[in-house]
Amino acid sequence: MLKLENVSFEVETEDSTKKEILKDVSIEIDDRFVAITGPNGGGKSTLAKIIAGIYQPTSGKIYFDGMDITNMSITDRAKLGISFAFQQPVRFKGLTVKDLITLAAGKKINVSDACTYLSEVGLCARDYIDREVNASLSGGELKRIEIAMIMARGTKLSVFDEPEAGIDLWSFNNLIQVFQKMYKKTNGSIIIISHQERILDIADKVVVVANGRIKQYGKKSEILPELLGRNMSPCKVLTDNE
Amino acid sequence: MDIIKKNLLMQIADLHSTPEGAYNIRANGMLDSRNTTKNIDIVSKTDKSGIDIIIKPGTVNESVHIPVIISETGLREIVYNDFYIGENSDVVIIAGCGIHNCGDQTSQHDGIHTFHIGKNAKVKYVERHYGDGDGNGETVMNPTTVVEIDDGGYMEMETTQIKGIDSTNRVTTAKLGNDAKIVVKEKIMTHGKQFANTEFTVDLNGENSGANVISRSVAKDRSHQIFKSNINGNNKCSGHTECDAIIMDEATVSAIPEITANSIDASLIHEAAIGKIAGEQLIKLMTLGLTEQEAEEQIVSGFLK
Repeated sequence: MLKLENVSFEVETEDSTKKEILKDVSIEIDDRFVAITGPNGGGKSTLAKIIAGIYQPTSGKIYFDGMDITNMSITDRAKLGISFAFQQPVRFKGLTVKDLITLAAGKKINVSDACTYLSEVGLCARDYIDREVNASLSGGELKRIEIAMIMARGTKLSVFDEPEAGIDLWSFNNLIQVFQKMYKKTNGSIIIISHQERILDIADKVVVVANGRIKQYGKKSEILPELLGRNMSPCKVLTDNE
Repeated sequence: MDIIKKNLLMQIADLHSTPEGAYNIRANGMLDSRNTTKNIDIVSKTDKSGIDIIIKPGTVNESVHIPVIISETGLREIVYNDFYIGENSDVVIIAGCGIHNCGDQTSQHDGIHTFHIGKNAKVKYVERHYGDGDGNGETVMNPTTVVEIDDGGYMEMETTQIKGIDSTNRVTTAKLGNDAKIVVKEKIMTHGKQFANTEFTVDLNGENSGANVISRSVAKDRSHQIFKSNINGNNKCSGHTECDAIIMDEATVSAIPEITANSIDASLIHEAAIGKIAGEQLIKLMTLGLTEQEAEEQIVSGFLK
């Protein structure tokens, strides 16, 4: 379904030196639910943005259902069936929740359609449908609306960048159910970037990205025990004697 | 009425046919049609061009339409309209001006509207300005609105200029009594080489008076906008002014908010923000399958909704 071939991504830092965020990444994803995890700053979000077309790789190729999409725009990839939920959802002055869900669905939808998507993410449509997606909404509300938009799109591939970030514990339990339901009901594939054990636990496969490379990729039964058992400390503990 | 005039009426007042209730339609400097009701009288001025709109005290749930349309190139007019809103009434007034200029001369409408809002009266005033036509002649509108709100009165003023006005100078002044409130919502879009200047001056004279002036604008191409607002808190009062503008292409926008507290109990806030469309907003809509152009249109139309 999705294949990355020797993908690298470099950025120029403030002092004009080049920093490689992704280093020669090759991976083939065919499972319907894949979780990507790993330490902060390891390149997970960059990888997701490369898939959605927000960043263009410095080198390498990306294939979606066998088609080379490396040079395709964000719009064309979206039309082809790739959805992307932002880690930090964007606010819009003037556009309402219904406007955004309608744009996501790509067709006119009625209130009960919008209601279905919103109630899936635990929002009462009556309270939200006409609200502007502006600073009056909390971070958690925005995250849920972001997920509702991805559901309204119903595409072949949905990529979520840390959907749990900023969501309270109660909502988090529901979030797990949302993804489980999405997995059962739709034929689409899901890629979730997450640090949460419970999300990793419902995935078919887990990818560990660290330092710009794929460290591990395999069944969750193989990866999770090691991942959770490992000492994740980046350096050894300093003592007074050192 | 011909198709051009009918289209102008639709643009400025959503009117597909004769409005219900009281109305006064002015076309090319002349009275086109008028209707009065038991509670709302409309009388032509005898000393100058314009009308007096007299709303009896206690008139509720009634509306007045007073659209002005110009389809003759080179027509310039100054019109004085005075509104007398009786105590305890609750009415909607829909004004607006549409100019279709397909000639080479400047068409201009300067409307001077004066509102006398009685005690505890409530008015919603909607004003839309629109221009079209493919001639080289300029379309100019200079509306002046003078508002006096007596104790406990309330006015909501919604003004919209979306398209086709080459030059506008909009001046609004308001004086408020005790417990009187005014809410102004202005929406402006300029394109081409258009110029728009808007000025608001609100004197919060009464105790517990309040003003909220909100302007949202989009400046495209090489157009230029100036927004000035001046709120004077002369008593225990609250005032808020906000200008939010999107600039595109080579357009320029100035926002000049001014607040003056002349009373220790005055509470005044001003906010102004100008900037281009945020890149992440475009990207978000593009991930939904919109092109960059479509995303831009959605953001602008939502912003001015």
